[in-house]
Amino acid sequence: MKEKRIGVFVCHCGLNIAGTVDVEQVVEQIKDYPGVAHAEHYIYMCSDPGQELVRKAIKEKGLDGIIMSNCSPSLHQATFRKLAASEGVNPYFCEIANIREQCSWPHAGDKETATRKAVAIIKAIIEKLRRNISLTPLVVPLTKRVLVIGAGVAGMQAALDIADSGYEVVLVEQSPSIGGHTAQLSETFLTGDVIPGLVSPMMSKIASHPNISLYAYSELEDVSGYVGNFQVSIRRKATSVDESKCNYCGLCLESCPVKTASEFDRELAQRGAIYIPFLEALPQRPVIDRETCRHFGGDKCQACQEACPQNAIDFKQEDTIVEEEVGAIIVATGYELFPCTGIAEYASDPDVIDGLQFERLLSPSGPTSGEVRKPSDGKIPEQVVFLQCVGSRDPEHGVSYCSRVCCMYVAKHALLYKQAVPEGQAYVFYMDIRSDAKGYEEYVKKMVDEERVLYLRGRVSRIFRDGDKLKVWGSDTLTGKSIEIAADLVVLATAMVPNPGAKELARKLNIIVDQYGFITEAHIKLRPVETLTAGIYLAGTAQWPRDLPDTIASASGAASKILSLFSRRELLHEPTVAVVDPEVCRGCGQCVAICAFKAIELDPVKKVAWVNEAICDGCGACAVTCPSGAMQHRNWTARQFFEVIDIATAEYV
Amino acid sequence: MDLSYYPGCTLKTAAKGLEDSAIASMNALGIRLVEIERWNCCGTVYSLAEDDLAHHLAPVRNLIRVKEQGSDRVVTLCSFCYHTLKRANLLVRNDGEKRKTLNDFMEEEVDYNGEVEVLHLLEVLRDEVGWEAITEKVKVPLQGLKVAPYYGCTLLRPQDVAIDEVERPTILHQMMKSLGAEAVDFPYATECCGSFQIVGNPDFINQRAWEILSSAIRCGAEAIVLTCPLCHFNLSQRQPELVKRYSDFQGMPVFYFTQLLAIALGIDPEVCHFELSYGDPFSLLKSRKVVS
Ligand SMILES: Cc1cc2nc3c(=O)[nH]c(=O)nc-3n(C[C@H](O)[C@H](O)[C@H](O)COP(=O)(O)OP(=O)(O)OC[C@H]3O[C@@H](n4cnc5c(N)ncnc54)[C@H](O)[C@@H]3O)c2cc1C
Ligand code: SF4
Ligand code: SF4
Repeated sequence: MKEKRIGVFVCHCGLNIAGTVDVEQVVEQIKDYPGVAHAEHYIYMCSDPGQELVRKAIKEKGLDGIIMSNCSPSLHQATFRKLAASEGVNPYFCEIANIREQCSWPHAGDKETATRKAVAIIKAIIEKLRRNISLTPLVVPLTKRVLVIGAGVAGMQAALDIADSGYEVVLVEQSPSIGGHTAQLSETFLTGDVIPGLVSPMMSKIASHPNISLYAYSELEDVSGYVGNFQVSIRRKATSVDESKCNYCGLCLESCPVKTASEFDRELAQRGAIYIPFLEALPQRPVIDRETCRHFGGDKCQACQEACPQNAIDFKQEDTIVEEEVGAIIVATGYELFPCTGIAEYASDPDVIDGLQFERLLSPSGPTSGEVRKPSDGKIPEQVVFLQCVGSRDPEHGVSYCSRVCCMYVAKHALLYKQAVPEGQAYVFYMDIRSDAKGYEEYVKKMVDEERVLYLRGRVSRIFRDGDKLKVWGSDTLTGKSIEIAADLVVLATAMVPNPGAKELARKLNIIVDQYGFITEAHIKLRPVETLTAGIYLAGTAQWPRDLPDTIASASGAASKILSLFSRRELLHEPTVAVVDPEVCRGCGQCVAICAFKAIELDPVKKVAWVNEAICDGCGACAVTCPSGAMQHRNWTARQFFEVIDIATAEYV
Repeated sequence: MDLSYYPGCTLKTAAKGLEDSAIASMNALGIRLVEIERWNCCGTVYSLAEDDLAHHLAPVRNLIRVKEQGSDRVVTLCSFCYHTLKRANLLVRNDGEKRKTLNDFMEEEVDYNGEVEVLHLLEVLRDEVGWEAITEKVKVPLQGLKVAPYYGCTLLRPQDVAIDEVERPTILHQMMKSLGAEAVDFPYATECCGSFQIVGNPDFINQRAWEILSSAIRCGAEAIVLTCPLCHFNLSQRQPELVKRYSDFQGMPVFYFTQLLAIALGIDPEVCHFELSYGDPFSLLKSRKVVS
């Protein structure tokens, strides 16, 4: 071991450190410690004059290692390592001795202990630094292609942003068409038309974009690799229609004898077993749903095959797996709604519907061509009750959080209902009105003041059928009265919950979901569009309930994070990772099991562990687990740890 | 099998039919209801005041009687008794401080730590006897009888004393089906009958009873079946008033669940004390040829 010439720089951090630690004493006790060639203290080491001091000492004393004794490494390690590098010192020969968070702060008022402890911390770090080896960051290649999972507005927006910047995007959507829930909406609040104004243009741009490969009716099968280098396989589910032959004439659709509830129309209309989910769907091609198809149910039916002039129906078609390489992934799997039947007090009744069903009733392309009609008998409802917070903010029945969008879309529903049925009466039961974005408060106010929508602050205790009416019992907590309404239609603004498939997907991607199943971000405030797994990002309601403006902002945020990642030629990765000594490793595999990042594999031939340094996060779990000592962490070897522990515990042994 | 049984005050007077029909029916089903000795009033209502511990002495004393007499379970018939005993029992189990105060105060009694399980007879019928076993023992199926199960509040609320799903209970429905009757669903099945409001606000009860009964009628029921003497009082004994007041209301028989059980098991209708009910529930049964 070549002895390093080490400089120790003790920072006062104003009085943060110097108010508790006797910095002069520290320098006094450290300056003659083995290996120390220089020691001094200064009021703010991170300031320009402070840094200048360090530079000067490096030059004048010929230092090749520095110990910055100051605040936590998460604050200034990067600053000082950069400084070291600029002076020709290997950045991994710059270490932080944390004498603020781990010493002066917890020991405020006890100068003697704090000073002794600061000296011990610095000595321990000196012992570590003496054994550090010089390192350079790892260079990792970067595939500049992106996988986007989910083609709702979030996925579409992110895909377009990235594709427009010149990078290729692979867009995977599980349902037969792109568009997500937004395609089901009638209008958006504040701005109006949604299909022609918002979704259709986005969808057609996606379909024709030279940089986007769209896999609809497909799912992510498997993922391996790491940031910059993911290998993904995608399962393209069999549509049973040969794309190369089908000319979209639609004759098959009419021929199918099956009638089953349409998912797109939220069960308010029916579709065949061979179907295109909605008029504007993209891709515009039929798929056979094998669950309901009679042919696949064992029947002889082949009506669609007989009807098809192109001979495009292929009952034997099988799922295919496509392999793709990408450098980054965006998860945009969206939301679902809490079921109307989730609250037992509210009747299961055809005329008790959820918000998306009401959107379908309002939609010009919906089952009633945009006329508001009761699902039960097709009559125009004259008394409509809207309930907010159904399942939201209600941990007993549903979830504790606020779904954020309902206050606004209920106001929109009431307005659209009043426009469709001017003589009708709309009631809204609410807990609070949360209309906290640009123009929102004014919008809701308008419903109350101009549209004569009756807003009642209170909850509904029971909804039940009474003849041809639905009785709604609630309370108005502003007047303290109980209320009974004989309604024709009840619309429940049910909670937005994560897509149920998101958990399974998260497991494949090695990312985390929260207690509800929403994808967890790396940091809720500072890194809201990244996950904790490098290279995987999130967008839209897969993360949390939000409306379209917020969805689009988060999608563009994720896209721009990826664009900034792609602005580099290659990726750099910290070299302070785990390494195996293949001579010592006995191939027990315990490290493989412990690694949360799946960075370790067992070489099948040599029977020894192998660390993929580009994935390794340097957490050290494997090194601790390894029974033979073959696994070591670079610059935190077992030897270094023991030296540090010896000093830290010297007083007590 | 013997089962400790707590009757409560009303069962010895106005609700004699509930008690006698239950004892006779359970005998027929092979369970002997053994009345605990030296029982006192259940306390009638479970006091919700934080510092009103004196109110819990009555139910806890009853549970001590059960424990003393060597039993770890007690069954009740009246919903209110079930409710007060069950909740007082939970209080003793879950709140160590109050348990100590109660035990210290009743120094003449053995200490009580919540050892006894409080059951309602419906639970015994469902969990110990079983609906299928009951069907097997039925001698006169209540074929064609359309009864609306009425649960009221105290068997189901709050959730931790509920004997069934709070908002959509089915236990009485299942029992009626096991006897061969048709259980009619109606929206007021778990609504409060108005309870003690009868004392100070009889008008309110009239209104309430009429809403409940007429809703059941609209849903196609010809009788109500229930478990609680207070519900029975409000829904049955108030009917003369309702008939006077609401021209479209002509009265509706109200049964205790055990009365229909006894009839279906072929037991002498004497035990039902129909003379204590308003109207003539008996004649409905006669018209269905389930009694002669
Ligand atoms: C009743 C109602 C009315 C609304 N009205 C408005 C309004 O007027 N204005 C407004 O701004 N907002 C409104 N919203 C909110 C709006 O719907 C959402 O903000 C928006 O749809 C979110 O888009 P998204 O892409 O995040 O999710 P989604 O629209 O849910 O899209 C997710 C997509 O991912 C796909 N997917 C899911 N899992 C996978 C998987 N594992 N693999 C592949 N694909 C997958 C889904 O099939 C879907 O296509 C309303 C919401 C509701 C419930
Ligand atoms: S009938 Fe054939 S060609 Fe026409 S849409 Fe159907 S599959 Fe395509
Ligand atoms: S085979 Fe028959 S049931 Fe299946 S999609 Fe074709 S027409 Fe419909």
